[in-house]
Amino acid sequence: MFWEKDRETMDRKSLENLQVELLRENIEYAYKNVPFYKKKFDEYGITKESIKTIEDIRKLPFTTKIDFRDNYPFGLLARPMKEIVRIHSSSGTTGKPTVVAYTKKDLKTWADLVARIAKAAGVTDEDIVQIAFGYGLFTGGFGLHYGLENIGAAIIPASSGNTKRQVMLMQDYGATVLVCTPSYALYIAEVAQNMGIDPKKDLKLRIGMFGAEPWSEQMRKKIEESLNIKAYDNYGLSEIIGPGVAGECEEQNGMHIAEDHFIAEVIDPETEEPVKPGEYGELVITTLTKEALPVFRYRTRDITKLDYSTCKCGRTSVRMSKPIGRTDDMLIIRGVNVFPSQIEEVLFNIEGVSPHYQIIVDRKGALDTVTILVEANANLFFDEMKKQKQLLDRINDELKTTLGIDVDVKLVEPNSIERSEGKAKRIIDKRKF
Amino acid sequence: MEHEKYKIPQISVFIENKKGRFYNTTRVLKEAGVNIRAMSLADTMDFGILRFVVDKPEKAYESLLENNFIVKLNDVMAVAIKDECGGLSDLLKTISDLDLNIEYMYTFVNNLDKKAVMLFKFEDIDLAIDKLLKAGAELLDKDYFTKI
Repeated sequence: MFWEKDRETMDRKSLENLQVELLRENIEYAYKNVPFYKKKFDEYGITKESIKTIEDIRKLPFTTKIDFRDNYPFGLLARPMKEIVRIHSSSGTTGKPTVVAYTKKDLKTWADLVARIAKAAGVTDEDIVQIAFGYGLFTGGFGLHYGLENIGAAIIPASSGNTKRQVMLMQDYGATVLVCTPSYALYIAEVAQNMGIDPKKDLKLRIGMFGAEPWSEQMRKKIEESLNIKAYDNYGLSEIIGPGVAGECEEQNGMHIAEDHFIAEVIDPETEEPVKPGEYGELVITTLTKEALPVFRYRTRDITKLDYSTCKCGRTSVRMSKPIGRTDDMLIIRGVNVFPSQIEEVLFNIEGVSPHYQIIVDRKGALDTVTILVEANANLFFDEMKKQKQLLDRINDELKTTLGIDVDVKLVEPNSIERSEGKAKRIIDKRKF
Repeated sequence: MEHEKYKIPQISVFIENKKGRFYNTTRVLKEAGVNIRAMSLADTMDFGILRFVVDKPEKAYESLLENNFIVKLNDVMAVAIKDECGGLSDLLKTISDLDLNIEYMYTFVNNLDKKAVMLFKFEDIDLAIDKLLKAGAELLDKDYFTKI
């Protein structure tokens, strides 16, 4: 199902022409309205005439999170406050938050982009949607809210937290769609089970739209089984617009990027050169239609790959894979690059492993150590020590094969790993550098 | 089957090596009115396995499950020997001659009848019961643990 079919199925040649045209206009627009970009473009000798083909985007300098911080709070805005109608910001866990703002037109664009990903996942105006993202400064709650309202779905703005109540609302109001982070979806499933609720019989859920944190295919399977739904991934980040940048269609084979609004590139984070087609690298996004906050070549720090092959759904846009991690949550263990998602993939492939785990990195002397805590359950616990050891050895071996380093898996008691109602805290790095 | 009565239900509990875990387990059993007949604690670097034989195995299993313990119900067998020098050695010789493989064992002495009781986990319990009965060992049945 489509929301703006003409745009979503535009042939690639016209799409590229549109991108070049919009990029040229956007350069001129930012130059006139944002002193930061004027200075930067002057420095690099960039004008709209620098862009003749889509590849010319590589002439532009990157924008990073640091640029947002340096211009805190409103230095990057291209419109006066009179025209701004909404302000969101990131959590700011590592210093000042990142501030983003929207004009009326931006909010309309955003609601249309989210409507696209909802339609792509099969959500209709008949659906009852429970949004269990936090409503507030975080773009997830309001972003999904207005997009889903746009398509005419009935929304339960449950916000995050109070999980028992979430389950009760879901059951009593007959929610058919759940929106939250994937880790919270699993937690909701667990709580529902403890409350004696069988998702197959007692709930009407059919679709989940999950985002805001990286998750694996195995995790998707667990969520789909435990809640009896189809789980769709979507992608966005507040610096660009929030959710709606990309989302999966019913083929579930990558997230279609809204290329008539954004240009996506994948680069090697070290060399800053484009990776070979289909290789993993850091996603870089340029906005084409944002009024309040145009952004050029934003370094998302998300590691993904792009797939330009045609999709059965009819959309012509490029698809990005699930991000396998972030350039900044990549762990360097004894010189080896390790993404937490690789660990998750191995764990979830082992039958009976619970979805709750935590990775603890420490340093003993000069050596990094990795301990992975996995919650025990009846499937992982054996009365015979021999079988217990076999299972732990198997998990350790598979992790070693995948990661190339030794790790130590420890079973811990159920419910001893902290549950998250937002983004899961998977890694504890105790090393002091 | 005749052999079934010699399968003694045993409760195995996963516990982390943390303060108070052992106590918590026994507290749940106390509250459930379960009497522990015999027990053993096996430990590894990170976690332990508590094994119990109790007077009300199902009750114990259910109440531990309800309290979110990871618990398994399985069968061991009990062999009585004379509480005197060489008693255990004679029994182990028999087991060895019969080519039975022991996973683990633990023991208790019943003050009432002065019997020393060995609890065994064999790889194949049916085979073990069969062979030990034929060899003339004194196997104790379930009632021995539920009725004292």
